[in-house]
Amino acid sequence: MSHIYFDHNATTALDNSVLEAMLPWLRAQSGNPTSRHIFGRSARDAVENARAQVAESCGAYSSQVIFTSCGTEANNFAIKGMASHKPASQILTSAIEHPCVTRPAMAMQQLGFISRQIAVDADGKVAIEKLKQQLSAPTSLVSVMLANNETGVIQDIASIADMARAAGAFMHSDAVQGLGKIPLNFTDLNVHAMTLSSHKINGPQGAAALVLDKRIDIEPLLHGGGQEKNLRSGTENVAAIVGFGAACELAAARQKSYASHTKMLRDQFESGLLNINSAVNVTMFGNKVARLANTSFFAIDNIEGETLVMALDRKSYAVASGSACSSDSTEPSHVLLAMEIDPDTARGAVRVSFGLDNTTEQVTRFLVTLKDEVLRLKQLTAIAA
Amino acid sequence: MAYSDKVLDHYENPRNVGTLDKNDPNVGTGMVGAPACGDVMKLMIKVNDAGIIEDAKFKTYGCGSAIASSSLVTEWLKGKTIDEAYAIKNSAIAEELALPPVKIHCSVLAEDAIKAAVADIKAKQLAKVSA
Amino acid sequence: MSASIEMPVLKDMFDENGLARDAHSADVQPIYLDYSATTPVDPRVAAKMIPYISEHFGNPASRSHPYGWTAEKAVENAREEVAKLVGADPREIVWTSGATESNNLAIKGAANFYSEKGKHIITITTEHKAVIDPVRELERQGFTATYLDPEPNGLIDLEKFKAAIRPDTVLASVMFVNNEIGVIQDITAIGNICRENGIIFHVDAAQATGKVEIDLEKLPVDLMSFCAHKTYGPKGIGALYVRRKPRIRIEAQMHGGGHERGMRSGTLATHQIVGMGEAFKLAREEMVLENSRIRKLRDKLLHGLETMEEVYVNGDLEHRVPHNLNISFNYVEGESLIMAVKGIAVSSGSACTSASLEPSYVLRALGRSDELAHSSIRFSIGRFTTEEDIDYTINLMKSKIDKLRELSPLWEMFKDGIDLSKVQWAAH
Repeated sequence: MSHIYFDHNATTALDNSVLEAMLPWLRAQSGNPTSRHIFGRSARDAVENARAQVAESCGAYSSQVIFTSCGTEANNFAIKGMASHKPASQILTSAIEHPCVTRPAMAMQQLGFISRQIAVDADGKVAIEKLKQQLSAPTSLVSVMLANNETGVIQDIASIADMARAAGAFMHSDAVQGLGKIPLNFTDLNVHAMTLSSHKINGPQGAAALVLDKRIDIEPLLHGGGQEKNLRSGTENVAAIVGFGAACELAAARQKSYASHTKMLRDQFESGLLNINSAVNVTMFGNKVARLANTSFFAIDNIEGETLVMALDRKSYAVASGSACSSDSTEPSHVLLAMEIDPDTARGAVRVSFGLDNTTEQVTRFLVTLKDEVLRLKQLTAIAA
Repeated sequence: MAYSDKVLDHYENPRNVGTLDKNDPNVGTGMVGAPACGDVMKLMIKVNDAGIIEDAKFKTYGCGSAIASSSLVTEWLKGKTIDEAYAIKNSAIAEELALPPVKIHCSVLAEDAIKAAVADIKAKQLAKVSA
Repeated sequence: MSASIEMPVLKDMFDENGLARDAHSADVQPIYLDYSATTPVDPRVAAKMIPYISEHFGNPASRSHPYGWTAEKAVENAREEVAKLVGADPREIVWTSGATESNNLAIKGAANFYSEKGKHIITITTEHKAVIDPVRELERQGFTATYLDPEPNGLIDLEKFKAAIRPDTVLASVMFVNNEIGVIQDITAIGNICRENGIIFHVDAAQATGKVEIDLEKLPVDLMSFCAHKTYGPKGIGALYVRRKPRIRIEAQMHGGGHERGMRSGTLATHQIVGMGEAFKLAREEMVLENSRIRKLRDKLLHGLETMEEVYVNGDLEHRVPHNLNISFNYVEGESLIMAVKGIAVSSGSACTSASLEPSYVLRALGRSDELAHSSIRFSIGRFTTEEDIDYTINLMKSKIDKLRELSPLWEMFKDGIDLSKVQWAAH
């Protein structure tokens, strides 16, 4: 495939060194880590080594890392598992969370909890004053993502966690977009639990983790064989976990170069985008506050985001119109609606997210294609009108 | 399961496996443990008229550490007086074999087996004197 | 033996006298006879998977670019293969992270969805923990449960099953093939009883795929759990069959992007799904031949071990997959037995419980004493087991059991004709 990939916030290609680390566990005689014979023990060692790598990459202890099958599972586990150890009360999730945070919070309503959203401001940052008021009601859990997958906007999690703790609530953060892109330290983040995912950092699909302060009680989501110290039953996905560990080590080692490289590309892209044509009006989202260096989220007046994405796809560029999970629906991005962007503008939203494998030349050529496509689509709309 | 080299050595090459004639007035037998608990140790000692243990044999149903503990004490017992034998402490066995905490009970069982064998020989000697 | 010594690898496993060497004394990998714990990935499966990890990456839910499309196509092909092996419609297959998740989703999902019909669940004491523990969790949430003991051969007495049914019974869960003793339950008969009584019927088939024929078009089963890593596929991927006609509903246990028609959210691991599809395809194509080969090996092993005194096969031999042989060696202690057989990789009880020293709860449920349960070995044979492996195993077991029995005071007493049950033990 000759496609140029600018959709790194959705998923990333497996790094070769990660694949190399995984291959023996995919091909060879790999045992069940619970077995006591040599095949089992070596699989166990591989899982524990990966656990140390994950812990190291985010300033946690190995004992705090619980492996799960995907970020969705880790978020469900955190939200349902932690809240159920508190009396039924409100669960607060930010209005820009991924559905795998908001939906489990809503599911807890069956058990008497109340799921409420935390508003964000026009830049996509959590509205701290409003949150303070909300926290005056009994609260079991607060969940706010570290960095948003669409806008890339980074929240001040440590301060929000202070507020949550002062209100007697557990604090969780979905940090899947932060790992490898910004410095990440579990202790500094001040949360009780955070979610990490492998396939966002050039690791394989099939592995993720909940990093958990073990001093708190959590109810397992999966009951059974008692793996992961009874917190997550099910035979460990050894190959994927090994890959996740290797990817974490890699992500931590090159976080700085990732940030500087993608920032250079994004700056190049955004200055080009803003000067694409005097007749083209571009709206940028989240660009006035701290955001991930690799992410650019924008809309072009009178062009549907979905239409532009398809047009760019035909020209071999992979970009996104919103989060992957909602890209087959035509609803405008819930993140932009939460930022009170008007729905018509929001429907134009396109996300470009860069990775280390992208180059200046790719961005240069992309800008040319983008200009052509935008002008062509403008003309079509003009004729239609 | 991490066993020490000494445990593995005794397990692979147990010393003094076997039995002595239990009807011999100079032979004392100690059997401790129960199958349901996962270990049974049978220790036999042969004591000469000077009160010195001349021979010791064992059979053990149990884990590697239990086998090693009983094998080790048969080595230690030979040449000792029965009073010296009686003084052997489980901690010495555990230390010698570097037993992990979950296996300390094996050394306790070996100490119990010595005490039972010594008690048996003493009872036999007492019977001989009173006869 | 003389024939096998010509094998270059096996040569290293025997000393100059032709006696089996211990794995730790020779630098040789033990022989793998633990296929019920997990199987190696078939090289043909690995070959199919690898392009989907490295080249065809893409989030299957991303509809807007071809990376996503390729992944989605592969996922749907695999879904068809899984469905074909078990006689299901692809739309009845929901991907999960493995059998544990499938069991949790089926049991909690169905019990919760149909809880207004009743809150009583029937299951079996010999089920995998991934069934027992979700049922226990439901008990904490206000459900009640009956845990039926099987007969001493491991099979369920259908009359006892019927007798356990109550007006408020909503769900029954019975495994197809037991992981420890390999016995096959009469799923058709149990399913029919469930149908007659309007009970949702779940079957854990993690140990059954590729070993017994499964035709869900005929089987009266509503929900069935599968996983790949017991059938030469990768770890970390499984599936749940959810019947469409008559339609069975379950409450999702993992909420999010609404993948898998809302029944299971979360990003799918494309390469693992592809691996499961290929593994199930191979199982469908090769099952008949493979099972007859494995049956010969199992019978050889059984006959070889049966020449020893005081060995007991656990579980029915007739209603049993050929891959499994579970034997208790009387008067030998379990842990020392495991130490003695390091030349082969086997389980003493289920892999999931072997970290603790508890006797196997499955064997206890069959009425085996603690001692016999402790001294049991599960040999599980698979695709890559050779006749030489079996010869080696028989010789190893004989020499090690002899040695341990020579060490055992219980064996001595047994040989002296002492009834051990009448002995007063100095318990400590």
